[in-house]
Amino acid sequence: MSTMTRHQLPDIRPDAERPTSTPPRLSFSQRLSRFDVKASPYLYIAPFFVLFGLVGLFPLVYTFVVSLNDWDILSGPGDWIGLANYGTELSDPYFWNSLFNTLSIFLLSSIPQIIAAVFIAAILDQNLRAKTFWRMSVLIPYVVTPVAVAIIFSSAFSEKYGLINNILQSFGLDPVMWKTEVLPSHLAIASMVNWRWTGYNALILLAAMQAVPRDIHESAALDGAGSFRRFFSITLPSIRPTMIFVIITATIGGLQIFTEPKLFNPQSANLGGPHREYQTTVLYLWDMAFNRGNFGKASAIAWLLFIIIVAFGLLNFLISRRIASVESAGISTRRARRLAQYRAETDASSAVPTTPDQVPASVEPAAVIAQERRS
Amino acid sequence: MSTTVQTRETSAESGDTRASNPPRQRKRRALGIERRPGFLTYGLLIALFLGGAYPLWWSFVVGSSDNKVLGDTWPPLLPGGRFWDNVASVLDTVAFWQALANSVIVATVITASVVFFSTLAGYSFAKLRFRGREGLMVFVIATLAVPTQLGIIPLFMLMKQFGWTGTLGAVIVPTLVTAFGVFFMRQYLVDVIPDELIEAARVDGANMFSTFWHVGLPAARPAMAILGLFTFMTAWTDYLWPLLVSPQNPTLQVALSQLQSAKYVDYSIVLAGAVMATIPLLVLFILAGRQLVSGIMAGAVKG
Repeated sequence: MSTMTRHQLPDIRPDAERPTSTPPRLSFSQRLSRFDVKASPYLYIAPFFVLFGLVGLFPLVYTFVVSLNDWDILSGPGDWIGLANYGTELSDPYFWNSLFNTLSIFLLSSIPQIIAAVFIAAILDQNLRAKTFWRMSVLIPYVVTPVAVAIIFSSAFSEKYGLINNILQSFGLDPVMWKTEVLPSHLAIASMVNWRWTGYNALILLAAMQAVPRDIHESAALDGAGSFRRFFSITLPSIRPTMIFVIITATIGGLQIFTEPKLFNPQSANLGGPHREYQTTVLYLWDMAFNRGNFGKASAIAWLLFIIIVAFGLLNFLISRRIASVESAGISTRRARRLAQYRAETDASSAVPTTPDQVPASVEPAAVIAQERRS
Repeated sequence: MSTTVQTRETSAESGDTRASNPPRQRKRRALGIERRPGFLTYGLLIALFLGGAYPLWWSFVVGSSDNKVLGDTWPPLLPGGRFWDNVASVLDTVAFWQALANSVIVATVITASVVFFSTLAGYSFAKLRFRGREGLMVFVIATLAVPTQLGIIPLFMLMKQFGWTGTLGAVIVPTLVTAFGVFFMRQYLVDVIPDELIEAARVDGANMFSTFWHVGLPAARPAMAILGLFTFMTAWTDYLWPLLVSPQNPTLQVALSQLQSAKYVDYSIVLAGAVMATIPLLVLFILAGRQLVSGIMAGAVKG
């Protein structure tokens, strides 16, 4: 009993009202302990906020300040010119060229990749022998770094003596100008991204597929749905939130693509192809800032790209919310009814209590890992 | 929530649940849900495996031959005998060992810092109550979607100002903390530590930090391992920033790209370099591939 009164109560709720009977005078150790309780939560999060503010947010905000100036790498900050850098960039064909290349490579890499990843996840989502082995095997490309991938693929896509053109020619086909034409170079760069990331995304989608309660599959099978029907009517709708998350993170990473186009043909006169065939926006930014030394314009490019990325993210988010709200109304009630019926028919004792809508997919951290990936 | 976790654990780990209930299992068999897949499935899986492994194998084959094999009409399938010669050429051309050591230092320091600060902040967000907690957490989540890479210009100017360019410090500093890490640790710790455990430690007279140290940290260990693994991978593969601030004292990725940027490119040497640079991660993959897989999958379903 005495220990109970001597120690201060475990107070992890500094906001809670204190009992009025608190003695007016606290000993030093009590006051210290109270300070400990109040200050510790802030102390623990402080390193993150301070460092993130310094190296993450401040540079981003300061980029905007730089973009409003006529700022050269050598002469330093010049005149305040308002939004003039934005005007120049928006009327610069090279900026639009870089944007077109970025979007083209992004679409060529994300669309086939998501389709392939769903397909691979569906293959892995079976009652396989040596599951772990097959899961690991789709992840092999992920351990090859983007620089190594770019080097390997840029050799394979060489116009002369490249692996791909050799094979094409041995079938009597014409060699493709992978490094000097627009669409072939975009395909080649997209193939690097696809090769490295498809298996990774397949595993994320596989996890979402495995979280679909087996009962739903059973009841559908009882109703006579074959495996294809079940895939399209159960699996695909259930993994949609995860797919949307994969798409959003792929967008954030894909629009900042740099390494692959940078190293695709380092001998070319311009950054990103002899005639900028595959100069992406981050590559254009790099060229403007560190080769041409125009920090003002480069910062304007950075902010334009920032706005585009945020806009894409919001668009994805809104579209996915729209789809979800329209669909969930019809499908889930029907599914719930069938499931209840099915459960009533089968043994009631064994089932883990699950509801049809509890397929967990609100936020996917692993997918976020992918966010910083394609730099 | 509890059912969610259960589903995840059982289905992600193995197929054990499927066998746990004989009558159900029979029923499932009859429905054709749990049937063992046929040859087509394994054929596709083998094709996927080959597609994933072949580019790496091909690099090794070319990297162990001389340049002429690239002219062959059909790609060579077996390695030649020149791998060590090519390795020697790589070592002559770039400071490979220095770059390897730099990468190890950079990735290790970043990983240690991200894991420690994320666990600390994640624990605070998950288990301690304080004014402004919800608002600050929303801020962390919002910054997840912010492409901080676009702030390279002022960051570069800062590094130049401090005279840090060309040092590993400049490479390390911008990624000492990540919003993702805080978010990830918070999501993990919020379920895994019972509040009673923290209260018990406090009753026993532990101060806040020793409660964190003796209760929070041990509970966080599995998530710390996963976060560490992925942070290490990200730091190891980073290219843009190290290339910008420290080309004269390169990390492995930068050194590898310098190998390729020479005026005359001997692809068998460059590819030997690519193979050499891949070996460390390949070793990591063999040792911790299982954890990588379950990390990706566990993270994906955690909500």
